[in-house]
Amino acid sequence: MSDVGQSWGRYPRASQIIVPLSDRHAALPVVSGTLLPYGNGRSYGDSCLNDGGALLHGRHLDRFISFDAQTGVLECEAGVLFSEILDLVVPQGWFLPVTPGTKFVTVGGAIANDVHGKNHHKAGTFGRHVLAFELLRSDGSRRMCSPEQHAEWFAATVGGLGLTGMVTRATIQLRRVAGPWMSCEVHRFGGLDGFFQLSQASDRDFEYTVAWIDCASQGKALGRGIFTRANHAPAHPDSRPNAASSRLRVPLTPPISLINPLSLRAFNTLYYHRQRDGVSHLTTHYEPHFYPLDGIGDWNRIYGPRGFMQYQCVVPPGASFACMEALVKTIAASGQGSFLAVLKQFGDIASPGTLSFPRPGTTLALDFPHRGADTLALLDRLDDIVAAAGGAVYPAKDARMPGKYFKQYFPAWESFSHYIDPKFSSSFWRRVTE
Amino acid sequence: MQKVVIIGATSAIAEATARLYAARGAQLFLVARNAARLQDIAADLRVRGSQEVFQATLEVNELHEHARVLDAAWSLLGHVDFALIAHGTLPDQTQCEASVDTAMHEFATNGGSTIALLTAMALRFEAQRTGTIAIISSVAGDRGRQSNYLYGAAKAAVTAFASGLRQRMAKLGVNVLTIKPGFVDTPMTRDFKKGALWAKPEGIARGIVRAADRGRSVVYLPGFWLPIMLIIRHIPEFVFKRIKL
Repeated sequence: MSDVGQSWGRYPRASQIIVPLSDRHAALPVVSGTLLPYGNGRSYGDSCLNDGGALLHGRHLDRFISFDAQTGVLECEAGVLFSEILDLVVPQGWFLPVTPGTKFVTVGGAIANDVHGKNHHKAGTFGRHVLAFELLRSDGSRRMCSPEQHAEWFAATVGGLGLTGMVTRATIQLRRVAGPWMSCEVHRFGGLDGFFQLSQASDRDFEYTVAWIDCASQGKALGRGIFTRANHAPAHPDSRPNAASSRLRVPLTPPISLINPLSLRAFNTLYYHRQRDGVSHLTTHYEPHFYPLDGIGDWNRIYGPRGFMQYQCVVPPGASFACMEALVKTIAASGQGSFLAVLKQFGDIASPGTLSFPRPGTTLALDFPHRGADTLALLDRLDDIVAAAGGAVYPAKDARMPGKYFKQYFPAWESFSHYIDPKFSSSFWRRVTE
Repeated sequence: MQKVVIIGATSAIAEATARLYAARGAQLFLVARNAARLQDIAADLRVRGSQEVFQATLEVNELHEHARVLDAAWSLLGHVDFALIAHGTLPDQTQCEASVDTAMHEFATNGGSTIALLTAMALRFEAQRTGTIAIISSVAGDRGRQSNYLYGAAKAAVTAFASGLRQRMAKLGVNVLTIKPGFVDTPMTRDFKKGALWAKPEGIARGIVRAADRGRSVVYLPGFWLPIMLIIRHIPEFVFKRIKL
């Protein structure tokens, strides 16, 4: 429990009262400061923190309410984890309609951040598969919200960063699968143009596409990387899913970050060359495909006590190539690269939330060990590039974007603010709007 | 298919245990005071795989109601493979010192009602000659400590009663399992500052199911409480009087 009240990047630190919730029928607790729902703490920056106020710890609202194995409609409380849903539904032939890169997020958190995954070009965001949810406000009112009913509250709450009230339960539409297996293809590409070609060629026939790029290399190797595309595999009667594998764990926080320019270059070069030229085909379980890092508990500790920062941006299609090139050049030149640099083309399916992040274009996600002013200055330079191109930065991963850019990235923020519960606030929201 | 009765089914440890039995497809008979919360838990357990979930409400201190509820359980399930008595409160020790009524009421809830339920259940298990009766006692029952000796005394009574019952039932093929959890992070202990000794209800539940499957008699959960309590039980009184526990 010691990590409750921290964000995944372990930066910034906040001090707040933690109020555990265990009964979805109960009214919200009365405290002196402001409230913010907190699920499993997988947001990276300060959007899940409420310094000086209280967190409504909703992880123990973890009951299923109903599941129809014929239609794939699941109703559950908002603290249920994606991992718990998968454990229940995969053996019955269903899968999450959209999943981010960790399965340790709650349903409530997935709604509040309108999360996306590798199938964005086919399925849009998670919010598109939410059939309904109950929104509990500090005045005691409860609304069942759906795209048809209280549609304005639905739109404000999906991607609404937990500010519109507490989501107590939700109904989601799952998607059919034959089993837990994925058919994957892995391609190596030598530069950014290779990524765009592969994306274009894959979007129609592959449900899941994503690329890793080497952010440490410059010159001719700039923007090289590995492209993965996949579909759910047909049933494999001969193979059995691996039994729950034992999870490794980072047992303690090392005194300094293990990620430094030296280890970073070595990792990126090795990782790139591990994949031979050409294409490899493989069938894999969904776990390593979707959640490669979930196998290592508390992996965020490797960045040391100062934590790390994620940066995820999207730039519109017209500006994609030039803009990505500028971003990667800036990062490579800084020597501060990232070992998890992920590139993906978003599709043009509209996001349902007023403040949803995903929009058509190319998205790049990176993490940086927090090295103080240097890191902040680098991210400011990236922001200038993204803002000039008409792009946006993802609040769920942010701990530092300037308010002027937030307001430019999310022009609907002002109309959204009318839906904020008067008792609710977050460190993030105060930082970007006050 | 296993048939399971749980008294105090809305407690965090009981709920986590019920989920493990639900995943095995067990038939469940849940007993608790709060019908609305029971309803939510029953729905959850059905989704998690339980073949059938029955519910009954009971105020455990109304001892004359016990037979009605147990009769319903046995008639709906036919027989019972696993019964878990998990209800309880965490009394405020200072209030128990100030008021005889509070002290006796808490003793009845945590000690007397459990002994009454065990007595009534034992008759039914004696007749069916199979199954496991599990009782959540506590490490607090191993030695009275000034911080919570009313609770400790009630749990000590339960532990001693279960020990005797185990001897009586052993030759009939019925196992009596005494569970002694240490500090568990549940709504019952929400106001405590949590440290390294605190366990999660899910871990305690796995320990309960494992112990029941293996036919164990007494388990400390997590297991590190066994050596800790061994030491605490053997601290001589002249030292014990001078320390604060």
